[in-house]
Order: sequence, then structure tokens, then C-alpha cells
Amino acid sequence: MKQVTIHVCMGTGGISAGGTEVLETFKETISQKGLTAEFAKNCLMHKVGCRGLCAKDVLVDVSIDGQTTTYQFIKPEMVERIVEEHIIGGAPVVEWAVSEDYHRFHSKQVKVLLKDCGSIDPEDIDSYIAVGGYEATKKVLTTMSPEDVIKVIEDSGLRGRGGAGFPTGYKWKQCRKDPNEPRYIICNADEGDPGAFMDRAIIEGNPHSVLEGMIIGAYAIGSHKGYVYIRAEYPLAVERLRKAIAQAEEAGYLGSNILGTGFDFHLKINLGAGAFVCGESTALMQSIEGKRGMPRPTPPRSVNKGLFAKPTVLNNVETFSNVPYIIRRGAEWFASYGTEKSKGTKVFALTGKIKNAGLVEVPMGISLREIIYDIGGGVEGDKRLKAVQTGGPSGGCIPEELIDIGVDFESLAKVGSIVGSGGMIVLDEDNCMVNVAKYFLEFTKNESCGKCVPCRIGTKRLYEILERIVKGQGKESDLDLLETLSHTVIKASLCGLGQSAPNPVLSTIKYFREEYEAHIRDKRCPAKVCKDLLTFTIISDRCTGCGACLRACPSKAITGEKKKPHVIEQSLCIKCGSCFDVCKFKAVYKE
Amino acid sequence: MKDKYEELISNFKENEGNIVTLLQETQEAFGYIPEEAVFYYSEVLDIPASSFYGVATFYAQFYLKPRGKNIITACCGTACHVKGSDRLINNLKRELGLAEGETTTKDLNFTLEQVACVGACSIAPVIIINKKVHGKASSDRIAKEIKTLKSSNTKQSN
Repeated sequence: MKQVTIHVCMGTGGISAGGTEVLETFKETISQKGLTAEFAKNCLMHKVGCRGLCAKDVLVDVSIDGQTTTYQFIKPEMVERIVEEHIIGGAPVVEWAVSEDYHRFHSKQVKVLLKDCGSIDPEDIDSYIAVGGYEATKKVLTTMSPEDVIKVIEDSGLRGRGGAGFPTGYKWKQCRKDPNEPRYIICNADEGDPGAFMDRAIIEGNPHSVLEGMIIGAYAIGSHKGYVYIRAEYPLAVERLRKAIAQAEEAGYLGSNILGTGFDFHLKINLGAGAFVCGESTALMQSIEGKRGMPRPTPPRSVNKGLFAKPTVLNNVETFSNVPYIIRRGAEWFASYGTEKSKGTKVFALTGKIKNAGLVEVPMGISLREIIYDIGGGVEGDKRLKAVQTGGPSGGCIPEELIDIGVDFESLAKVGSIVGSGGMIVLDEDNCMVNVAKYFLEFTKNESCGKCVPCRIGTKRLYEILERIVKGQGKESDLDLLETLSHTVIKASLCGLGQSAPNPVLSTIKYFREEYEAHIRDKRCPAKVCKDLLTFTIISDRCTGCGACLRACPSKAITGEKKKPHVIEQSLCIKCGSCFDVCKFKAVYKE
Repeated sequence: MKDKYEELISNFKENEGNIVTLLQETQEAFGYIPEEAVFYYSEVLDIPASSFYGVATFYAQFYLKPRGKNIITACCGTACHVKGSDRLINNLKRELGLAEGETTTKDLNFTLEQVACVGACSIAPVIIINKKVHGKASSDRIAKEIKTLKSSNTKQSN
């Protein structure tokens, strides 16, 4: 009797592409096909978390006696043929199987955290236990002292994955040393950086690894109460985390007297309410206490005076998720990946103008070029790569000529960017760098909590200057002003938000100065993005008079008879670009 | 209403006195935070109303006015931005007839909210309509979805 396993990718990406319907159709089809009960019993169907390549969703693995075929872009109507030809007939439907670039996408990666993410059922604790889950918890609670645990984490060289890269073991040690009690442990799952979603994927795909990391951390620092602060924007992750906590409690890995060792640890979920600044640790703790999430000056550090003014360790989702693997496989194993100062693997969210958009896990120190071309498959539409934005609103833009640098905490800092939480947005020749800088400043200006003046007013002024530049009203002196003001905001702001907010401005000025100058001096946007500097016209030779633009124009600026060239009345044009988008004959020209 | 307020207040007391959670539960129950609720809590719990107001206005998630029946969430994350979410949102506003600064239609049928990032960047640009995620969204497809919702609303009111 054949052993059949079907895995359907059901992270947020998979569900949006129709994963739920695909799984249901598999279940229905297999029960309807009149197969023997024994056959159906040997067909195991699971939902699995994100394996990274959401651009090809819905992804389905069909394994027959250990032989796996992965299918891409699967829709419910395609299921019947797969069941008939592959599952019953034994011949995979070759034309729907993943292409070469799927394998290339995965072959250069080193999957530690994401390995289990795409292969286990995130809503079933036994699925996690079957791949070695909770072994680390047992090992720690029964054979190791808290000091041993801290030593292993220190030796591994694990640094915080949330952005700043603070050594995790050292943080735990500092907290344990503080005599005050109770101590708290917090998981920061308030993944606020736009363009980053690795924490969401880990929680959706392998929530127990995060819980396990927290249990081990709690034991190490001597904490009995923990919080997961998670964004409300991630409903699926919240739901899976709730289930995971309930299952772990039932199985005796969480709660009172864990595994009969006498160690108690209780975990609570706090939902974020939509404030980027709450990713900052002191602000996050204020928010858990139910207050406005505003940062405070440090010291005292949160390891001494954190949540409810008690010693607190706060780590990011990915950091915690690494912990059980380090305990199971040892500090040397972890430290064998990466560079001298940045150890292990890191998950990046590779998005923007890239062929294989998705999550990638690579050893620290791999070059940007390898990530973009070997794993990501290159720029979408084979356009020219312009820059890579890393680290979200706190990071910078790395130009094409520097993409041979290694991706680690030190190297990225040297070129004016940061690893940050791991967002990596690929920009091509159609992206305007001034517009990108303005986008981030609009974000940080809106998200500034308003407590300190340099950040509250500084980011607003930076934004206003950028706004007038993209409108063609920039002044020659604006570039100097942007730089001076940026340095002031960096130096004088209270927390990380303000201290890093000007990075996108400084790095774009540094590497794309001529693009700023084109906006200021020539009133021209070289990438043809800034709409105030654009004019739309219709090339009459190409226009067939189909009327598509006329119907699409919201301001009725386009006139013309049927089958005759149309014209745009410039005084009415609001430069929305709708005509450019709908024209099938490339007859609309923008400059 | 009062019964619900009382129920939420007793949750609040169990919940380490967390104002954020109390307001989240209030919004969950009513769709927004009614002014009346804030003053009621303030009176019963002996906490100044300004503390509630301070929290409610600090976080983007809280609404002080009733919202539409259909909630459309447009993602403004970086990946969506570089893939043209601006234009998508402008077209959406036009489709709904929302003026600058407005988020809810006059008939309370639709609310359009813009959020920083929903973390579905590999299928950017993303629009969420009534909790269903639409990846690789185009103006045409979203307009169709809205038309369906509009017509189902007229049918219901007939």
C-alpha cells in the first residue's frame, strides 16, 4: 500500500492564493474517488506554514513513498488531475511541477528555522515533537543549570535578530544577575518594519519553536511569567500562537511544574494596537502595561528595570526561535555559520522588484549579489538593479555597485545601512530614490511618538523638504540642509526610531546625489515617478482610438473620436497615470 | 450597553488593569470606542477619562467614530509602495467616493483604512477586504470586488 502525504502551503500568502480551497478539494476528491478506505487512510493531508516562495503559491507537495513532487500555482480545479494521474496513476503532472528556479531558490539557502516551517503542521504540537521539538526543553530542565544555558547561548554568538544585534547570552546574564524579582521575559512579535515578515512566517509556520525558546530563556533568567507582544495586523499568527500555547499547556511544557521538574512558566499574549514605536523595547513594555507606548531614556536598562520596573529580557521572535536549535545541536554548530562577529543564519524578506519574492534563510556574511541573483533569480522583468533597501525605515539604500558586500551586522553598517529585522527590498530603474526616502520619512514622521522634539519636529521638517523636492520646488541649499538636519536628529533623538530615521535620507543622498540634483535643478524625475514633474501625452501615430484611456481617465481630460487619435488636455490632467496603465499600444508617453 | 461595559470592566480588573486591552475589547464589541463608554469607565474605575483618550489616540488601531460595514485595508508597506500601492489607493478612494481625509463613506457602507504593513510583501500590492487578503492586487480586480459588495448592500436594503 502506497503511503501518500500531501502538504499544502497555508501561510498568509498561501491562504490568499486559495490554499484553504485547494486543501478542501484534495480531501473531497480523495474521498469521492471511490478509493478503498485503506488507501484514503494512508493519504495524509496537512497544512504547512510558509516555505518562503509565496510568489508561486499555492504550493503543494505530493509525496508517494518518500518521492516528493512540488507543484506551483495550484488552483482547486487542478486538483482532480493531480489525484487521478499522480496519486492514483503514479505519474506526476510534470507541466505543473515547480520549475528550475524553485530549486535554485532553495539550494543556496541554509535552512534552520525555515526548514521545519514549511514541512510541519503548525497547528499540531505532535508534528513539532516528531521533528525533535521540545527535546531542548527537556534537556535544559533536567540536565542543565541556568548558568549552563546562558553559557551555551553566549558561546554560540547569537545576536538579537530584531535589529540592533545585541548579544543574547550577555543580555540574559545581565538580567539573571539582578537580584530583584519577579523577572519577566518578553517576545517582541510587533514586527513593525514595513517590508519585513519573517516573524509572521515563523509564528504561522512553527509557533512552538518560539514558545520553546521562551521557556528555555525563562529558565535561564529565572522568570515565571512571559508575554508575547504581537501585532493585531497578523490575525493568522495570533490564532496559531493561541493554539500552540493551549497545546503546550496541555502537554505539560507550559504552566505549573513543567515536565514534573517544579519549574513554573506562564505565558500571556498581548495584542499590539498599531504603533511602530512599540517595537522599541522600553515603549513596548509601556504598552504591555496598558499605557501609551512611549520610550524612556536609558539607563536604567530593561534588564534591570523593565516591565513593571522589574528585571526583564526582551528578545525578538527569530532570536527565540533559534534557541532550541542551539541547545539541541550545540553552540559550535551554530557558530560554524556566519562571520567572525555575526554568527548563524538569518532570515530575510526579499521583496520588491525581484523574480522570486519571498523569505530566504542564509548564513550571515553571504553577499547581496548571491541573495539577489542566485536565490532571488534577479530583477523582475530583467530590468537594471538600482539599489537594495535593507533594514526598513531605520536602514538605508545600498547601490548596485556595492552589492558584493557581505550581509552581516558590521558590513552593512559600514555602507550606511543596517541588517535591521531583515527586510530587503529590491529597487529597479523605475524607482525614484528621492521618492523612496520621502516614503520612509512619511512613515517615521507619522510613527514618531512625539515625546522628544528632535524626532517629532525633525522628521517632519525632513519630510517637508523632501516633499518640496519631489514637487519640483526644491532649492539648491536643500541638500546641505537635509544632511545637517539629519545629523542633528540622529544625535539628539531619545530612542532608536529618531536616531535611525534619517538613514534613508543620508544613504540616498550619498549614493544617488545626482538624482536629487535632477529634481532640484532640472525639475526632472529621472525614474519618472514623481508625478508633479511628469507630463503625459498621447503619441498620435500609435493611438488606435480604442477609447480605453478615455474611459479610464477620472478627470475627463482625454478627448477624441472613436478610432481616431485621442489627446490629453494638460490643464485637466491630474497625472494619475491611469491612461498609461490601460493603454495596450504604448501610445501614452510620460516624461 | 451598560451590561457590556460592566462585563468589560470585570475583565479589566482580571487583566492587570490594562487600558489598552479594555479599549481593544470595547472596540471589538462596538466596532469603535463610544464616548459614553470612556466616561462610564472613568467614573466606575476612578481613572481620568484623559487616560483613556490618551491611549485611544496614541495607537492607530482605535477608532472614535463608527466605521463602515465593509472594512477595506490597504497596505502601505515598502514592497507595496514600490509596486504602486499609491495609485491603487487613489483609485480605490475614487471608486468609493471618498474625499481627501475621509475614511468612511457617508452611507456607512465602507471604511478604507491604510496600514503600515500587513507582512504579505511577497504578494504585493495587497488589499484586504473584510479580512480576505487580495495579493498582487490590481485596480480593476478591486473595483469588481467593491461593485459586488455595493450591489449586495442594495439588495439587502430592498
